[in-house]
Amino acid sequence: MQVDEATVWRIARLARIKITEAEAKSLKTELSGILNWVEQLDEVDTSSVEPLTRVVPIELRQREDKVTDGEIADEIVKNAPMIEDHYFVVPKVVE
Amino acid sequence: MTELNKLTIAEAREGLRKKQFSATELTESFLAAIQVGNDGLNAYVLPTPEVALAQAKESDRRLKAGGARPLEGLPLGNKDLFCTNGVRTTACSNILGDFKPAYESTVGANLWNAGAVMLGKLNCDEFAMGSSNETSAFGPVVSPWRRKGEDGTLKPDKLVPGGSSGGSSAAVAADLCLAATGTDTGGSIRQPAALTGTVGMKPTYGRCSRWGIVAFASSLDQAGPVAKTVRDAAALLKAMASYDPKDSTSVDAPVPDYEAALSKGIKGLRVGVPKEYRVEGMSKEAEELWSRGVDWLKAAGATIHDISLPHTKYALPAYYIVAPAEASSNLARYDGVRYGRRVPGKDVIDTYENTRAAGFGQEVRRRVLIGTYVLSAGYYDAYYLKAQKVRSLIKNDFDQAWNSVDVVLTPTTPEPAFAFGEKLGDPIAMYLEDIFTVTVNMAGLPGISVPAGLSGQGTPLGLQLIGKPFDEATLFRAALAIEDAAGRFPPPHRWWEAGGEKAPASKAGKKAGPKKKSGGKEK
Repeated sequence: MQVDEATVWRIARLARIKITEAEAKSLKTELSGILNWVEQLDEVDTSSVEPLTRVVPIELRQREDKVTDGEIADEIVKNAPMIEDHYFVVPKVVE
Repeated sequence: MTELNKLTIAEAREGLRKKQFSATELTESFLAAIQVGNDGLNAYVLPTPEVALAQAKESDRRLKAGGARPLEGLPLGNKDLFCTNGVRTTACSNILGDFKPAYESTVGANLWNAGAVMLGKLNCDEFAMGSSNETSAFGPVVSPWRRKGEDGTLKPDKLVPGGSSGGSSAAVAADLCLAATGTDTGGSIRQPAALTGTVGMKPTYGRCSRWGIVAFASSLDQAGPVAKTVRDAAALLKAMASYDPKDSTSVDAPVPDYEAALSKGIKGLRVGVPKEYRVEGMSKEAEELWSRGVDWLKAAGATIHDISLPHTKYALPAYYIVAPAEASSNLARYDGVRYGRRVPGKDVIDTYENTRAAGFGQEVRRRVLIGTYVLSAGYYDAYYLKAQKVRSLIKNDFDQAWNSVDVVLTPTTPEPAFAFGEKLGDPIAMYLEDIFTVTVNMAGLPGISVPAGLSGQGTPLGLQLIGKPFDEATLFRAALAIEDAAGRFPPPHRWWEAGGEKAPASKAGKKAGPKKKSGGKEK
């Protein structure tokens, strides 16, 4: 699979990572290389194989629907780069 | 009492119980060794002497009063992927900045509740993505090992300690801790253990809680120990493993006494040797060592069986779909809003994009982009779903094998340690480091690497044993048989103890934050 440069820009946008023109060019080569290499999986017939969803057969447990944690707003915002009271502050989203 | 840091866990435990030295003396000997040796090795990104001495003091109180816990007073290193309450945790990435968790990982809490002492946070590849510890925002870890020239003198080239748990493996090999925590997503405990002459165990998926460990690929990540001996690793895993309701994939099964199981020996153990692991490009040394391992196990009473694991060659390419896909999803949380660094932009999306461009290093960006691509609309079935189906086939191969054997013996890596920069330019060459270890993560099985010999250049090589789910006890027994036959492999020249030598590109150093600029150079 050859990735073109437009795809690199689209993927970078989806991943929310800003890239430069130079990076787009080298990523095009690197990503194509890796995707070509994983294409060897096409040799494997998986038409009658179920995907593996868990490696250890366990049932997901349920617990009683009650609050077990909370009242730690100070701790939650403690590491934020910008806060106001107990709110995270971000640049304006809606004009 | 100057050599206390060279003890094993078993020896230190006995010395403490017999009051030959105190937990404080033992801890101080490690803190002194870190002070001298870390400049050259760059194994610790944050030594925590205050935490260590406070824990040691409490251990001394308990050792005196009676009621010592299983790991009382034993100083360990903690990979920087484990969240530590009030102590900076970065996953060796710039994007986490000076993040100080308000909680302790479950595995960490288990260790400290068992009496262990935390010496500091250990270097690793950024978000555990790497096989050489060269992607860390704190600069690479230097292996305590050096290649030997033909005239017997040491070559000056710096070797990698493996990765991602390279700080763990280097610190254990250089006696900067008794043992260390590690995490293993595709080989990140076993490969560095093999490259440094240490023992590394990746337990069954679900054996150790993943809670409080910075997530890389959630269906593959497991915590485990790196130690000097098989016995030490067994003692450590006993404390690390637990059922944890906070990790929905944690398994509610009793944790056996792995150390007690060691004395059983391996008479009658059925050992499988998979033909598919004889790959092209495997060094002659690794191949010879593999045959020697077979002989050792046979001599200890095991029977040897040729087996086939036909889908082995597809494990690595499938891994490089599954792991980046899960990583791209897990790493979406680093957006510069709730924690870590923020690089402001003109609006909120611009802020996300600037933050993630500056905060993630080159390899992390590459994997997030691959992961985003394979999960993007229209490609999910062709890549992620296909890889998960191949994963079923890999697991089926092992399920078949367990009908006729109890453990599988393979080399841990195709080659001994390589030099700095040797594989950095070619991502796939670096990915091939995990060719023998990654199948184990794909199938969720336990695996252990045990030092088994030296290459022609005097650097360590390891053998890997793979076991049935939750049969870590048998792996420890078989690993002990190899250790008994092969002996132990401490680095012969302790150059780092002279001090003065600086690790390259480690300006960020111990107490300062990670480098401000983003990681590697662009090509």
